[in-house]
Amino acid sequence: MKTIETPRSLLEVRDLQVRFPTSRGTVHALDKVSFDLRPGQALGIVGESGSGKSVTARTLMNLLPRTAQVSGEVLYEGKDVRALAAAGAKHFWGVEMTMVFQDPMTSLNPVKKVGEQIAETLRYHLGRGRRDAWAEATELLGQVGIPEPAQRVTQYPHELSGGLRQRVVIAMALACRPRLLIADEPTTAVDVTVQKHLLDLLDRLRAEREMAMILITHDLGVAKGRTDDVAVMYGGRIVELADTVSLFSDMRHPYTEALMRSIPRIDDPSHHRLDPIPGRPPGLMEPPQRCTFAARCRYARPDCLEAVPELGGMVGLHRFSCNHPVGTERGRAALATNRAAGINATGLPMTETIEEVG
Amino acid sequence: MKAKAKVTDGVSARRLGFGFWLAAGWVLFITLAALLAPLLPLTDPTDVGVGGPRLSPSGDWLFGTDALGRDVFSRTIHGARVSLAVGGFAIGFGMIFGGGLGMLAGFFRGRVDHVIGFAFFVLLSFPALVLAILITATLERSLLVVSFTLGILAIAPVGRLARAATLVYAEREFVAAARVLGARSGRIMVRELLPNVAIPMGALTLLGMAVTVVAEGALAFLGLSVAGDEAISWGKMIVDGSGVRDLQQSPHVAMFPIATMFSTVLALNFVGDRIREYFDVRELAF
Repeated sequence: MKTIETPRSLLEVRDLQVRFPTSRGTVHALDKVSFDLRPGQALGIVGESGSGKSVTARTLMNLLPRTAQVSGEVLYEGKDVRALAAAGAKHFWGVEMTMVFQDPMTSLNPVKKVGEQIAETLRYHLGRGRRDAWAEATELLGQVGIPEPAQRVTQYPHELSGGLRQRVVIAMALACRPRLLIADEPTTAVDVTVQKHLLDLLDRLRAEREMAMILITHDLGVAKGRTDDVAVMYGGRIVELADTVSLFSDMRHPYTEALMRSIPRIDDPSHHRLDPIPGRPPGLMEPPQRCTFAARCRYARPDCLEAVPELGGMVGLHRFSCNHPVGTERGRAALATNRAAGINATGLPMTETIEEVG
Repeated sequence: MKAKAKVTDGVSARRLGFGFWLAAGWVLFITLAALLAPLLPLTDPTDVGVGGPRLSPSGDWLFGTDALGRDVFSRTIHGARVSLAVGGFAIGFGMIFGGGLGMLAGFFRGRVDHVIGFAFFVLLSFPALVLAILITATLERSLLVVSFTLGILAIAPVGRLARAATLVYAEREFVAAARVLGARSGRIMVRELLPNVAIPMGALTLLGMAVTVVAEGALAFLGLSVAGDEAISWGKMIVDGSGVRDLQQSPHVAMFPIATMFSTVLALNFVGDRIREYFDVRELAF
């Protein structure tokens, strides 16, 4: 059947579903999340709080609490990651796959010197001697752009600034040359001025090491220009998945469009009002019966309330889950009908939604 | 670099204060005296009649002599050996078992936590003195048995502290970070959590020692401290000097060990408390 030779995937995620039973009911955190990652590819996962970005990362890294009910597959080079972990693959986490967390204030051990924390990983996985590991740790600190690495290596985390600490965290993660790095909002907790430096650093290291990366962010701007593909998540599902260029030029999902419109732009007139997305993110206590974005969507028509739209399209192509995609005839028709009625299919007044691009 | 180190030292010295160093000095002094007692030029503490019974403190007999004519000064110094050893061993025992169990409970939560937590409740609700009497009355009262007895009593409070501290740190991202770098539970507990949990535990060690030194005294009153004439402890000395006749005719026999025990316990508490404050572990339940 296969006519086109596709490069073998590094990571295949298939129909990932995660539920958390809680005292107030089951939280449906992830639903039918599927994507592929080629070696060396950078995938951005974008979404607002509660959209399932971090749960996705933690599921991939096998970090969910034991109460979580997970179904679906995560295949790393064709092998099931969770089975690998259960079988006790000693040199998998940290060597093949690893992760950088959001908050550098808490992701370093406060009572250990930063050099020690890096050297420990090297000794554990690569069997380096004490002195070699220490020298390598110093070198790594230099590679992540920390000035005076020889001095920093002997310092404790509290002696470093947030930006430096995040660099240490990155150095730690990259110590054993993993082939896949998951960065969960790596720049959210640091100063805006430091954010760009860190992102550029990650970009450079990724290119140098031919490492695949999943960059999780709530900021579309962060994903732009630094990722090959972007997955937009909403309410625990991927609602749009495309290569980064097409996503920014031809977004199809109304949520993606709304996200783009809520970003302030440098060429906006000053005191320009941003376009917020009306309403709130969906609750995740019940399995969705309809499009989860419908209540906030200016394109929503009655058919959006009948079933959850599937993530259509071919793997590797621009995929989106919407009945009335932005920029298509159906989308324009839905918008025109809703405008005429003054409300969308869920009764949201059209005046609260974003206006047409002038 | 050097200048910075100096500033940090200045801050720590100011925060710990003069009282801390005085108390720490006293604890150090007593500990050294206890360790070096056999080497010091002291009279034999068990030698009866070295200077006649019930001699008041004087230049010859600094703390006087007791009813049997033994040198109270020498006995006080030697007594520090058993008192501090019991205190140290007991709290060490409590730290190892209580700390270990508490960390397991705090790290694994769930069923492990329930079982260990229940065990702690049982230990806490069991009348301490009854347990101590039970053990010391049935077993040979060696130094280790007495330490072990008091150590069992330390398990639950130490364990609960260790559990609380572990709960706090186990939630921190660096534990997850260690996991994604390939560390497994055992390694995380030893390498990541233990260094953090050790700080509040260390402060509790000194407070616990203070309690144990007093508890040994209580056992001595029941005649259940370390057995044998050679095993001198402050508790046993106080008992020796607390007969009605002793208190009337030679109060110094009880007073010197009491004063020593009091100042040592006070100093241990003070040092332990300041260390706890210094490391700012207020969020933990003591």
